[in-house]
Amino acid sequence: MDTFLHQVLSGLATGGIYASIALALVMIYQATHHMNFAQGELAMFSTYIAWTLIDAGMPYWLAFVATLILSFIAGVLIERIIVRPIENSPVLTVVTVFVGLLFILNSMAGFIYGYTIKSFPSPFPSDAWYGSSYMSPHEVGMIVVTLAMLALVYLFFRFTPLGLAMRAAAQNPISSRLVGIRVGWMLALGWGLAGTIGAVAGMMAAPIVYLDPTMMDGVLLYGFAAALLGGINNPWGAATGGFLVGVLENLAGAYVVGTEIKLSVALVIIVGVLLLRPSGLFGRALVTRV
Amino acid sequence: MTAILATHNLDAGYGPTQVLSGLSLEVEEGGITALLGANGAGKTTTLRAICNMMTRSTGEVRFAGARIDGKATEDIVRLGIAHVPDGRGTFTGLTVEENLRLGAYTRRDRDGAAQDMARVLGYFPRLAERRRQQAGTLSGGEQQMLAIARALMLRPRLLLLDEPSFGLAPILVQEIFSILRAINRDERASMLLVEQNANMALQLADHAYLIETGRIVMHGSSAEIGNDESVRRSYLGY
Amino acid sequence: MTDNPTLRWAGLAVLAVGLVVLPFLLSSYHVFQATMVIDYAIVLLGLNILVGFNGQISLGHGAFYAIGAYTTAILVSQTDIPYWATIPIAGAVCLGAGYVFGLPALRLEGLYLALATFALAVATPQLLKYRLLEGWTGGVQGITLVKPDPPLHLPINADQWLYFLCLVIAVPLYVIGWNLLRARTGRALVAIRDHPTAAAAMGINTAFYKTSTFGISAMFTGIGGALGAIVTQYVAPDSFPIFLSLFFMVGIVVGGVASIAGAVFGAIFIEFVPNVASEISDAAPWAIYGVFLIGCMYVMPRGVAGLIRTLAERARQPQAETKQAKTLSPRGERAG
Repeated sequence: MDTFLHQVLSGLATGGIYASIALALVMIYQATHHMNFAQGELAMFSTYIAWTLIDAGMPYWLAFVATLILSFIAGVLIERIIVRPIENSPVLTVVTVFVGLLFILNSMAGFIYGYTIKSFPSPFPSDAWYGSSYMSPHEVGMIVVTLAMLALVYLFFRFTPLGLAMRAAAQNPISSRLVGIRVGWMLALGWGLAGTIGAVAGMMAAPIVYLDPTMMDGVLLYGFAAALLGGINNPWGAATGGFLVGVLENLAGAYVVGTEIKLSVALVIIVGVLLLRPSGLFGRALVTRV
Repeated sequence: MTAILATHNLDAGYGPTQVLSGLSLEVEEGGITALLGANGAGKTTTLRAICNMMTRSTGEVRFAGARIDGKATEDIVRLGIAHVPDGRGTFTGLTVEENLRLGAYTRRDRDGAAQDMARVLGYFPRLAERRRQQAGTLSGGEQQMLAIARALMLRPRLLLLDEPSFGLAPILVQEIFSILRAINRDERASMLLVEQNANMALQLADHAYLIETGRIVMHGSSAEIGNDESVRRSYLGY
Repeated sequence: MTDNPTLRWAGLAVLAVGLVVLPFLLSSYHVFQATMVIDYAIVLLGLNILVGFNGQISLGHGAFYAIGAYTTAILVSQTDIPYWATIPIAGAVCLGAGYVFGLPALRLEGLYLALATFALAVATPQLLKYRLLEGWTGGVQGITLVKPDPPLHLPINADQWLYFLCLVIAVPLYVIGWNLLRARTGRALVAIRDHPTAAAAMGINTAFYKTSTFGISAMFTGIGGALGAIVTQYVAPDSFPIFLSLFFMVGIVVGGVASIAGAVFGAIFIEFVPNVASEISDAAPWAIYGVFLIGCMYVMPRGVAGLIRTLAERARQPQAETKQAKTLSPRGERAG
């Protein structure tokens, strides 16, 4: 029973990371109907930026905030420069561009930082009072940070005029233009926000999975699984899906398939959801007109 | 008459297809002008061209004397033109109140916008009852009201309405049209009303234009148009 | 291409002669590269049939390539079956695997299918390393094969033999593909791609075509995998990462989707451009590759084959409007 609880709690901790990635994916998907296959690499690169700042002597939380800002800007720039020209191209073209982005980021990270694994500090000291035999202080911190971030994002979308405008632009770009919303910039903001969220996920994950250019590959897959499970049209469903997937992954790894092929759990979830309930647990089924 | 809106030689099309050819019309300041025509004549295209929503359009569009053709749609909105598109264009995933708040998105005066929300809901009590309801769950008539209400939140000088009667029961159309008349009178919002339902449109409007295959073929006061023999046969059914 | 049949046959004859003579003019390593181009050309033809002509996006064909490669490797290392006989077996296995995957894929469209196949590709290396299968797969170390000698004491070296082996298999596969796509089948596939509901309404058995296409596509790719194993003499789980699937997809997009020639252009691209990228920047070749890729999508979204077709059309009718006037963006307008 002890191990079970530990697996569940630990799963919730990693689930927070998946929830963040899932949120970033769904935000972009809602606005553009594109799946950002490069989201993982973006988060990874942000984490490297943070590492550079910390390595240069910057205190952790300062580097954290600086990375968030830089990731936001990067997201905006990528949308404006790389994504905008192919916004309305066929799916295959868009996927190819994202794949290209994936290659670039992966390679640049390897080029600048090398492929040897680096350790990334956790801001939560290993002997902190909130640690226990069930959850390490970092795991507790991870959950708190991700929940706080999710809450902030929720409040932003729900209660600010800009958040409302972004929601509107994602749902109905034409009507948005007719009330004066600059839809293009809303998209860029969405990408910026996704970049920031990804950066948080990366910086929280790095102390556990260690920093190397491939660190987010598996996480991205779990993020996809979470987004689908929760509902590709529902950001909060996707975030909930993240926590679910985290727990499922741990339980399946501990009791069913063994830790070596845990990734196949993500595969099974993805295929399963797509076949059985494509709108996810919390999404709305979409009817397409012929 | 001073024209709040004037188009001159407007050409517009989709891809290789030309829809409007040399379209010229005027909307009198403070008045209601109707644009009548059959399906596919180019009425919706005209409104879109005015707001620069077409990928291909040439010609002049003047608002209060100044040229707006070539300006981005978002900037045209900020000049005080509110467009109620065909199909309503409500944000179905958002609440009624959120829809209205979005109507005031470009306005700088918070208090004025809040007052306007109260006043706008005064025109449409049904919407006031459903403030927190999701817009997609409203009936067709209520969505049309919401679309107009949202446009009003801009405090527009000019209201462009694309087939507000579409798909609505006649009694509902009467209700909405009388509200439009009140808005025109009290808010002093000029209106360009695109309609297939010529009968009702001519009752509401002061002036009317008739469009056929992308060209204006007739214009005059509503009375003149309404009494014209050919118009009566083709569009009014008697 | 050209309308003149004589010209076409002449062109093909020149091509055939060129292909036969090529391995005798190149160094061993270049012959190996050419062989890999042919191998990839087979894979990409398979993928193109599925993606280009039938509209089902797969980011996971690396998995079928791996299945084909491992089938050959396992059979060769654990049985007495000669290497060349394993090729059709690998093809058959992949035909089955593809068909089986095609069944659930029936319910997935566009982006979702891309996602599902992406997941398959990411999970593949992990699955191949699975402890329980180690007895067959050789685990992380993989399986090494022996380079086959040319048969019948032909006066060519081993590299040239492998080249001809691939060529001899590629040609009939291309002929099969060509015929498939020219005929009713091809039109059915395209109809399903462009408007599945209408296709079904016209009486086309959409499900049958889609699953069969998946199977055939996997078969081609599996044969490519089998040949790849023979040509490189090594299979290991890490030889088949997600990047492999992405390369294949990239190959057909750059080469030209829905084009048989596109598969060949794509094969040349994925074999040589990484090397070119390495020369430009020794340290970050994939970054250059990625930049090149993105640039390609801006400049020639229909791939090399599409570009050639556009140029050829323009050469034939210079006065006709070759640039389609900008169509409506989905962000914008409906016809009023």
